[in-house]
Amino acid sequence: MTALAAASSLTSTGEAVQFWILGTVAVAGALCTILMRRAVHSALSLAGTMIVLAVFYLANGAYFLGVVQIVVYTGAIMMLFLFVVMLVGVTAADSLKETLKGQRWLAAGLGIGFGVLLIAGIGNASLKEFNGLGEANAGGNVQGLAALIFTKYVFAFEITGALLITAAVGAMVLTHRERTERARTQREQSEARVREGKQVPPLPAPGVYARHNAVDIPGLLPDGTTAELSVSPTLRERGQVRDVSGESLAELKALERRSEDWLGRSTGDEAAEPPPGGPAPREHKEGAKK
Amino acid sequence: MENLIALLVAAPLVGAALLLCGGKRLDRTGHLIGTLFSVASFALGVVLFADMLGKGAGDRALHQQLFTWIPVGGFRADIAFQLDQLSMTFVLLITGVGSLIHIYSIGYMEHDERRRRFFGYLNLFLAAMLLLVLADNYLLLYAGWEGVGLASYLLIGFWQHKPSAATAAKKAFLVNRVGDMGLSIAIMLMFTTFGTFAFGPVFAATDRAGQGTLTALGLLLLLGACGKSAQVPLQSWLGDAMEGPTPVSALIHAATMVTAGVYLITRSGAIFNAAPTAQLAVVVVGAVTLLFGAIVGCAKDDIKKALAGSTMSQIGYMILAAGLGPIGYAFAIMHLVTHGFFKAGLFLGAGSVMHGMNDEVDMRRYGGLRKYMPVTFITFGLGYLAIIGFPGLSGFFSKDKIIEAAFARGGTEGWILGGAALLGAAITAFYMTRVMLMTFFGEKRWDPAEVHPHESPKVMTLPMIVLAFGSVFAGGLFSINEAFVKWLEPVTSFAHGHSPVSATTVTAATMVVLVIGVGIAWGMYGRKPVPALAPRGSLLTRAARRDLLQDDFNHVVFVRGGQELTGTLVQLDRSVVDGAVNGTAAAMGGLSGLLRQLQTGFVRSYAVQMLGGAAVLVAATLLMRGV
Amino acid sequence: MNPVYYLYLAALLFTIGAAGVLIRRNAIVVFMCIELMLNACNLAFVTFSRMHGNLDGQIIAFFTMVVAAAEVVVGLAIIVSIFRTRHTASVDDASLMKL
Repeated sequence: MTALAAASSLTSTGEAVQFWILGTVAVAGALCTILMRRAVHSALSLAGTMIVLAVFYLANGAYFLGVVQIVVYTGAIMMLFLFVVMLVGVTAADSLKETLKGQRWLAAGLGIGFGVLLIAGIGNASLKEFNGLGEANAGGNVQGLAALIFTKYVFAFEITGALLITAAVGAMVLTHRERTERARTQREQSEARVREGKQVPPLPAPGVYARHNAVDIPGLLPDGTTAELSVSPTLRERGQVRDVSGESLAELKALERRSEDWLGRSTGDEAAEPPPGGPAPREHKEGAKK
Repeated sequence: MENLIALLVAAPLVGAALLLCGGKRLDRTGHLIGTLFSVASFALGVVLFADMLGKGAGDRALHQQLFTWIPVGGFRADIAFQLDQLSMTFVLLITGVGSLIHIYSIGYMEHDERRRRFFGYLNLFLAAMLLLVLADNYLLLYAGWEGVGLASYLLIGFWQHKPSAATAAKKAFLVNRVGDMGLSIAIMLMFTTFGTFAFGPVFAATDRAGQGTLTALGLLLLLGACGKSAQVPLQSWLGDAMEGPTPVSALIHAATMVTAGVYLITRSGAIFNAAPTAQLAVVVVGAVTLLFGAIVGCAKDDIKKALAGSTMSQIGYMILAAGLGPIGYAFAIMHLVTHGFFKAGLFLGAGSVMHGMNDEVDMRRYGGLRKYMPVTFITFGLGYLAIIGFPGLSGFFSKDKIIEAAFARGGTEGWILGGAALLGAAITAFYMTRVMLMTFFGEKRWDPAEVHPHESPKVMTLPMIVLAFGSVFAGGLFSINEAFVKWLEPVTSFAHGHSPVSATTVTAATMVVLVIGVGIAWGMYGRKPVPALAPRGSLLTRAARRDLLQDDFNHVVFVRGGQELTGTLVQLDRSVVDGAVNGTAAAMGGLSGLLRQLQTGFVRSYAVQMLGGAAVLVAATLLMRGV
Repeated sequence: MNPVYYLYLAALLFTIGAAGVLIRRNAIVVFMCIELMLNACNLAFVTFSRMHGNLDGQIIAFFTMVVAAAEVVVGLAIIVSIFRTRHTASVDDASLMKL
């Protein structure tokens, strides 16, 4: 790889093997990017594809770009994507159902047609031989790039510098919101809450059982129904709320009884045990507090 | 000296500005201020005239350059004045007669509450007229020309509360516009042809222009002259313009405004001399108008309208003379000056009669007034004798020369023109005698219980007396040793015509037709009493009473024709132009409706279209490379 | 193996990215697909660079990365601000340009 012969027509077998394996991974990653329902999964797939591309860059003698690809793209840009997904994409599980009529067919047709055209174009070009970068990289890839960037492409370089600064400022302007009024004090907030008739006391706590993540289990109201407010709406959106069903409550009760039996603390108040249903949750709750 | 020329124009202009902007404070003194500025201008004119007389004939022309008005590329318009013998004649006539009419108006308009405004308009008129005759280029002349049009509009419609006066003013303005259009196009043509419109360079360059251009120029200038001077076919406004106060009729329609056309043709003599076709058109217009006006004058019972017909006829004489070229220019101007005297006198006399007769204008309700208004009678009578060409008076000298010059044109044309001029002289004698007899002789046809005829105040009779002197002596003075012709010769050039008939014969023939005309009039209106109600009259009389059907002609041809044309054009506009426009719009609308289907508002649809476009581009690139 | 296969791979990845732009509605995923297309182009540039034996292709790829970084920063900022006001990240909902 490092010392490619000039004007050869074939690469090493090692590179070929590497290409076919990693190429498959890259295509798979790309397909996953566009087919995964969740944006997070798409982002991760894309990151994988990009790492594969970084390896290809290295294989093609672009050592600097390979490293930049990993550091900038995979390390910075993709992480930025993940941040935004985190900010935005709580509900980001797309339904993959198409809403535009014929859009999917058009996309598929055009995509395939376009790909065929590109591949036909490449196939028709006379690209049987290649020069390799042995000579160009002789003084070191980074040194060679630097020589070009700061001489031949110095204006483009300066301008992209200006572009980057502009983009940074632009992003700040777009996302920054100027506070136009005084921040409300705690007192004003509480008064406003009372006035609007919203939830005045603190939100109810979730049912905590120390068996799971715990915050994903809603607390129970005195009548045995679940308190929706006790679980974060984000979790509910994601469908990650665990339901406290009657069965699991009964199971819990059985477990308690067994343990009491084992401890020999049976009280013989079986008859007083209430039927499963309404009051059970409260008991369960009390039990949980033990 | 030449620095005084601008003051000539400025004096009445300042007067007009003072009177029109001064407001009610000047109501009591306005007439005096107006008269003062007019007289000042006249005095200035006299000073300049005296100065001019002191110089040799060759270098009498003065020139004053005030400033460059519009300098744009090759276009250069100057505010510059030129005072030569021709302009001088007009200046003296305009300011002199104008001042007299100002003085007369002090008495005539005494009881009019808008007198200050009237004098402001009179001053404005004088200023515009002076600008017209003093300009040294056609553009400035045009400015004065339009100013005269504006002032005449304001003065004719001065009694705007009368619908007839307002209509007459509008009519005069509109008909004048037709002529103005001719003049303005002439100026444009002049600029494109010669690259300038200053008098000197244009006249010097006439030999460089083609015959067609010169003829077109001449005809366009003639159109302008016809509008201002009320010549056929643009004569219809003059009769109605008598709706204005009588001093206005005297000033505008006798002495000054209507002479602007004669001035224009005489001033543009160099162009007309080089364009025989245009000259022929000028003499034809003059001859037709002099008969037309005379016939109309015979049938009118309204004293002012009879005089208006006479004015039209006399201007026709001048235009005829001006169209004869160098043999006629001087006589045209001479007749213009003498006519300025006697026609102004006649109009002022008519105003005086009306003043004494409770503003009655119908001559059939006059009669026997000579005893009640002796001064008016004498001055009017002298004007009458002058206009019919009584030997020794002004009109005799000037009109006789014109008739002689008409014969001198030579050939059949000369005989026809001379005959027409002679016939005109006979008709003039007839209708003026008719006016005279119906007004001052015969039995009273008015009710002594209602009307108390009386002589007008001194302030009115004085100008009439002065004008009567002019009517009597001006022609004779001008003819001593051909003084007037020699005076004008450096400007207009002069050639003695060679008439196929001798001057004595012409004079004798004029005398004969004069006697015939007066005799017929005496037979019809002097021997037998005049009926107080107009008889039905012959077909010609009835036509003449309706101004020889000029308004009917205009109505049928231009008004109806214009309406028809407009209607057709509107129809055409609706069906063809609007059809095309609306059709295009509808087609585009339909197409847009179809294209709108593509605009779903969904970014992804657009992305599909973009990808399609990219695919087409790639395919095209590959095809172009011969894949 | 001839390096031209890298070009085929680049074309394939580009097409997949384009199809993703067309079928996905989540603006973030659409953005990722655009990044995928840019990366495919970069791979093509790097390969060209190798085939021609000079570094210009790599320079272009480098600039593409810089511009892509700028683009991502602004684009994501736009997505965040749109999400703040409209509470959705779906590109189909931003169809205000429709009559």
